[in-house]
Amino acid sequence: MTMIFGVPLMVFMGQLMLGLINGAFYALLSLGLAVIFGLLKIINFAHGAMYMLGAFVALLGLQHLGLNYWAALLVVPLVVGGLGMLIERFILRRIAHLDHLYGLLLTFGLALIFEGTLINFFGVSGSSYPTPAALQGGVNLGFMFLPIYRGWVLLAALGVCLATWFIIERTRLGAYLRAGTENSALMQAFGVNVPQLITLTYGFGVALAAFAGVLAAPLYPVSPTMGSSLLIVVFAVVVIGGMGSIIGAVITGLAMGLIEGLTKVYYPEAANTVIFVVMVVVLMLRPAGLFGKEA
Amino acid sequence: MSQAAEAITEYRDLDGAEMLRVSDLHAFYGESHILHGVNFDVKRGELVTLLGRNGAGRSTTLKAIMNMVGRRTGSIMINGNETLGMKPHRIPRLGIGYCPEERGIFASLDVEENLLLPPTVRSGGMSIDEIYAMFPNLYERRRSQGTRLSGGEQQMLAMARILRTGARLLLLDEITEGLAPVIVQALGEVLVKLKERGMTIVLVEQNFRFAAPLADRHFVMEHGRIIEEISAAELPSRRDHLNSLLGV
Repeated sequence: MTMIFGVPLMVFMGQLMLGLINGAFYALLSLGLAVIFGLLKIINFAHGAMYMLGAFVALLGLQHLGLNYWAALLVVPLVVGGLGMLIERFILRRIAHLDHLYGLLLTFGLALIFEGTLINFFGVSGSSYPTPAALQGGVNLGFMFLPIYRGWVLLAALGVCLATWFIIERTRLGAYLRAGTENSALMQAFGVNVPQLITLTYGFGVALAAFAGVLAAPLYPVSPTMGSSLLIVVFAVVVIGGMGSIIGAVITGLAMGLIEGLTKVYYPEAANTVIFVVMVVVLMLRPAGLFGKEA
Repeated sequence: MSQAAEAITEYRDLDGAEMLRVSDLHAFYGESHILHGVNFDVKRGELVTLLGRNGAGRSTTLKAIMNMVGRRTGSIMINGNETLGMKPHRIPRLGIGYCPEERGIFASLDVEENLLLPPTVRSGGMSIDEIYAMFPNLYERRRSQGTRLSGGEQQMLAMARILRTGARLLLLDEITEGLAPVIVQALGEVLVKLKERGMTIVLVEQNFRFAAPLADRHFVMEHGRIIEEISAAELPSRRDHLNSLLGV
């Protein structure tokens, strides 16, 4: 059997694949955080809760409304994104003129409320969401066995990241967003409705989290706490990539997933901490993050 | 006749009507009271300057017109519309282009993206080809990052991008600051062309020698008020007085 540094190839590739899947979720979530941070300057602690809500709305939609997986991929981000827009419009906007620390505290409080409410009704044990029929089973790639659903998750997440990058870097709306991030007062002086842009941006970032939640539902137990455990890692990813950097969020997300996967192969005890070790090293060498601009 | 030329002709017929009237304008940044009752008016097709020492309130007056400062009281009529209660993003849609002192070129956008960024506020703006004809340097550097341009090119870009929007009242804040004489001269030529097209211009200027031959009227500010109005015709006889006011 082929060995890589004393580890069978199948095991090595399998862990690498798992790492890449985790990385895809890190990328989707940190991308949304980066987009929100760029324009609102708020560190959105409710992001994990929005990811969790995405999975929950998909699950409840399936159980009570017969909403299938494919419809959920489209509908759930719209529903949760709409909720995000309401949160921005009626809650976050009221404190927008205060120190951004208040936004962090407020979103953290919102996350606790969403989590607590759902724990009250559904408990913490979690339910499973069935893998859609078309994506069941797997293929043997020769060097590894690939479950089809995991392959799909990777493709879908990368596709959405790429589309987001395209919108932000190559369209007029994206130019508004980038310019608003730099100098929103001047954008208003050009006649751009910045408050509306902020609401849409927050809604979009939240929709990305909800999309990740739907993708995650068939993979992980759907539980009210699924977001908070993931969020800490995602924040580390955002810091490593550089606050507010779009491309940094995506590349760092995937890279950290891979590093985590590799650590699981060679030194499993450190798998949960390796990302934070990387964060410490990066912050010491490049305080603005790998892709961040020095202030 | 092209649509743009038609719009200009139609607009020309209104020359002499009031474009901007600022009455008893007070403005505050938090607790500090910056403007103490500013009064002035600008007629269509006019070029006026706001002169004065640093801190006299000239830039704040432009920002207050755009609703970019804190609290304001008094009245700002643009084209017959009271704008004091308007949201900031509504004001430019009355046909105003604002060029900030720090130029406000966006680093994350290339030159052409910067140029195309401000939304159209009125019909009859300059086309992108006309703008490139007026500022050939910008065409050559259209793919460069906005902030990689020289200071003069950045200033050209900051001016050019508000000409595309169809704005007819231009508020220009210290456009010659820190630029080489040859660039300042080029900017002067641009202002003459804009005036020929019927633009109304309010120029905040430190460089009086630049402003003097261009302007129809000068307003001198001190301590957040207009203390003197001098027309172009009065200028030769009152030059010494003006110099003493400006401390030059």
